[in-house]
Amino acid sequence: MGSVQAIREETHESLPSNGKKIEPIESMIEFHEVHKSYESGGATIEALKGVTLNVHRGDIFGVIGLSGAGKSTLLRTVNRLEQPTSGRVIVDGNDLSVLSVKHLRSLKKNIGMIFQQFNLLSTKTVFENVAMPLRLGTTSHKEIQERVGELLSFVGLTEKAQSYPNQLSGGQKQRVGIARALATNPSILLSDEATSALDPQTTASILELLTRVNEEYNVTILMITHEMNVIKEVCNRVAVMEQGAVVEQGNVLEVFANPQTETARHFVKSVVRDDIPSSVYKLLEANQGRSKILHIRFIGESSGQPMLSQVAKRFASDVHVLFGNITELQGVPFGNLIVELQGSEREIARAYQYILQQNVTVKEIS
Amino acid sequence: MEVTSDQVIQAVYETIYMVSVSLVFATMIGLPLGVLLVVTRKGHILENPLIFSILNPIINVLRSVPFIILLVAIIPLTRLIVGTSIGTTAAIVPLIIYSGPYMARLVENSLLEVNAGIIEAAEAMGATPLQIIFRFLIPETLGSIILSITTATIGLIGATAMAGAIGGGGIGDLAITYGYQRFSTMTIVATVVILVVLVQGIQSFGNVLARKIRRN
Ligand SMILES: Nc1ncnc2c1ncn2[C@@H]1O[C@H](COP(=O)(O)OP(=O)(O)OP(=O)(O)O)[C@@H](O)[C@H]1O
Ligand SMILES: [Mg+2]
Repeated sequence: MGSVQAIREETHESLPSNGKKIEPIESMIEFHEVHKSYESGGATIEALKGVTLNVHRGDIFGVIGLSGAGKSTLLRTVNRLEQPTSGRVIVDGNDLSVLSVKHLRSLKKNIGMIFQQFNLLSTKTVFENVAMPLRLGTTSHKEIQERVGELLSFVGLTEKAQSYPNQLSGGQKQRVGIARALATNPSILLSDEATSALDPQTTASILELLTRVNEEYNVTILMITHEMNVIKEVCNRVAVMEQGAVVEQGNVLEVFANPQTETARHFVKSVVRDDIPSSVYKLLEANQGRSKILHIRFIGESSGQPMLSQVAKRFASDVHVLFGNITELQGVPFGNLIVELQGSEREIARAYQYILQQNVTVKEIS
Repeated sequence: MEVTSDQVIQAVYETIYMVSVSLVFATMIGLPLGVLLVVTRKGHILENPLIFSILNPIINVLRSVPFIILLVAIIPLTRLIVGTSIGTTAAIVPLIIYSGPYMARLVENSLLEVNAGIIEAAEAMGATPLQIIFRFLIPETLGSIILSITTATIGLIGATAMAGAIGGGGIGDLAITYGYQRFSTMTIVATVVILVVLVQGIQSFGNVLARKIRRN
């Protein structure tokens, strides 16, 4: 057995409060320089090129990337469906590379997994599907009845216990998948594109269920997806992968507010529209310097709208909002505004100075 | 010269005897071989190039020998196993060797239909290879395996017709010796009807059973 990972104190960056109590950070899954290459037809494909990542206890950690980025490969090293070519994966203090096959099997009971295609047994009832991980072990008949009953009620499928998977909708199948993954009471849940086969409404309900799994069962979730919306809805931390490497990682808010790489910007754009409408450029042309058009990005309640009313009050300058949208990230408003300042040159300049001093990101559009 | 009803009943009995005994043994051989062919292949749960590369060609060779030749070619082996090389019981040995590998291929094809995701889910749960075979692979394909056994059974009925060559008897033999060689139209018609009913019955039974297991 690997040594038990010591609890490490790390200084939390000052996150905008999201109501969660701040606790000492403890590692749940650590990737150290993980490499994975495949030989196929004489060529070597490097699916993972030295990934180092740390998933904390209690996280809903999202990994996003385009198709072929290596997300599934990375996820599958956590329960050893995939063996890294080099590097180490440490799960709840256990270094997987030194574990025997037997230990590995027992460790897997601590890791649940859900799949895009659900992977339920078509010849078994919902009840039997959920009971399967327990039947592989030595759990008594009575305990199985109780545990499966509890899980089915948790995922809202008590009535479907005796149905077969082909009698269920996609969302219901994924609920069965989640119940099955939780059967052995794991502390980690791996999710490989669990909502990619579902419509937006069903996706939302499954994501809500995953949040409950995280909160009520204290399960750390590592999920991979190619939809930024999924990250936005449930994750607290995110890593962006590109061609086998993590190119960016951090708190979801930070990455959304300030994406560093082209790939991250691309994903952020898919949920937070911040491109400048062409009408704004037309206006700019028509005004010929008589007004200033600003692109303001803000996070949190203190900024945005209140700031604009202050500007209007303090300066002899009119503020027109030309375009705006506000998205909520973990309960924190996150917005984009395009405003036009009108008035005398001097007042515009003063208003601009004032805005620059606020806790927002400002860019002049010209 | 016409056949008596006693002869027909005797022939039906011989056919059923040959088919059912060889079916039991062929399944006992074919099922495990089919499973081995799947799980020892590259990337599968018990990957084993040695076993796979020995098993695969042997099955191909056995499958490519025509039954009538197999019947004669293995006479020494037959004598070794059942003590005689002629008669109904003696026909069972070549029938098993003929249909066992056939069954292995059919079972192999059924098992290969199982979605790789199912095996992945099983591995993620920490299932052992034996648990994967008996609790995931076989239950998921049982419907298909039943249909394979049905197909093999019908193949066996066809093969028993040639068992007459070593004095195995059976309906097929009756049709050839009385119907064909002694120009008895009645015998031909009667045996064909019996065979059609037999084959139809087995196929329907297999279909119903498979549908029940498959749940769709
Ligand atoms: N078993 C394998 N053999 C050969 N190459 C593989 C294998 N599995 C994955 N790859 C390759 O590794 C790379 C990463 O694959 P992976 O499935 O991890 O990507 P992904 O980010 O999950 O993509 P997607 O969003 O399409 O699921 C790809 O180039 C893929 O072709
Ligand atoms: Mg993938």
